[in-house]
Amino acid sequence: MTFLQDYAYYIGAFGLVFVGLFTMLVKRNLIKVIIGLSILETGVNLFLISVGYISKGTAPIFSKAGLEAERMVDPVPQALVLTAIVIGVAVLALALSLAVRLYHHYGVLDLRKIKEQRW
Amino acid sequence: MIVIVCALILLMLAAAIAALLFKDLINAVIASCMVSLIAAILFYLLQAPDVAMAEASIGAALVSAIFIIAIRRTQRNEE
Amino acid sequence: MRSVIGIVLLLIIAWGIALSLDRIPFGESKTQVGDYYIEKGREETGATNVVTSVVVNYRGFDTLGEVTVLFVAAIGLSAVLSARRKKQKGEVEPASLVLNTGCRFLFPLILLFGAYIFIHGHLSPGGGFQGGAIIASAFLLVYMGCRGRRISETGSKTVESLSGLIFLAVGLIGLVVGGRCFLSNFLPKGELNSLFSGGVIPIIYIAIGCKVGSELGGIIDRLVEESG
Repeated sequence: MTFLQDYAYYIGAFGLVFVGLFTMLVKRNLIKVIIGLSILETGVNLFLISVGYISKGTAPIFSKAGLEAERMVDPVPQALVLTAIVIGVAVLALALSLAVRLYHHYGVLDLRKIKEQRW
Repeated sequence: MIVIVCALILLMLAAAIAALLFKDLINAVIASCMVSLIAAILFYLLQAPDVAMAEASIGAALVSAIFIIAIRRTQRNEE
Repeated sequence: MRSVIGIVLLLIIAWGIALSLDRIPFGESKTQVGDYYIEKGREETGATNVVTSVVVNYRGFDTLGEVTVLFVAAIGLSAVLSARRKKQKGEVEPASLVLNTGCRFLFPLILLFGAYIFIHGHLSPGGGFQGGAIIASAFLLVYMGCRGRRISETGSKTVESLSGLIFLAVGLIGLVVGGRCFLSNFLPKGELNSLFSGGVIPIIYIAIGCKVGSELGGIIDRLVEESG
């Protein structure tokens, strides 16, 4: 039981990372590869936030005037993950625009057929 | 409490494997949107409300919309 | 064959990661930087949301880099998808009356909600990026619901450029006034938990919120315009 309590979030985060990596390595359709990239980034963000968790801590916001900082969760990984999520959506938008352009030029989205056609 | 967390994590992994295995690309996008939503719930349970709001609004809504618009430009099935 | 090689590679990586996960105990305090930000954050910045004061005040330069990356991605998308200018105006079939009216009714309410989130970024969970994404989803609703209406391209580009310039201008004013460093907090801190507190933080978050909202709206506009 304590094993599950300690490692549940880590197993979930790395499970997502491995599913995303497997999709990027094995699948041939370009849009499937980009979906795998999105799942991979979600897994990494979940891992970063679960590293910064302190047990029985609260959110790092002083909502009432007299609240004291007893046990608050680490705020630094949350700031970094906020940046990472926005950069992830920027990369996905650019990758999808390149996929649409490739489809216009070659007519297929299969990576092996594009590699064969070359010039 | 730990039972709810384990059930959510199992559901998230099942949705990710479903996104890997679906042949219709729109179904795969909807499965990845579900992964993002359950990740937003897990962020809230880890006491990070800012990140949960960002993941729900950016990851679940806008990324799925951009994917569906791009799939409409190209082909819908995988092969 | 390819999937077998993939699974073997991933098993090797998983074994290596499982060996080193022992060193990261779950739920214990690991660093001391976070404690410093929580203890001193309220007096030094005046914002009660510690994550906001870390993102905008202590690590403000990283936020500037992130805004630049988003900007470059939007420009790259516009450059790759050069829209062939054939706007066939008369062929779009209008949506039903209920959908049309409902979307037009909801649009200003969602804009108001997004503006509320990025204005109160230093008091409650939220901030510029979340509010900007909600504004972009308001534009997405108009694109999906009322077909044939587009946001004006010059308007969105003007708002985007002006907001980025305001962020840079606030940083450069910090070089001259106050703490004599780039992006220093030079306005008075105010009292805690009130709207005009936190120094320069609300101004930066309003600029980021407008910029991200118009940028993501421009990305969606460019992608939808391509599909004809």
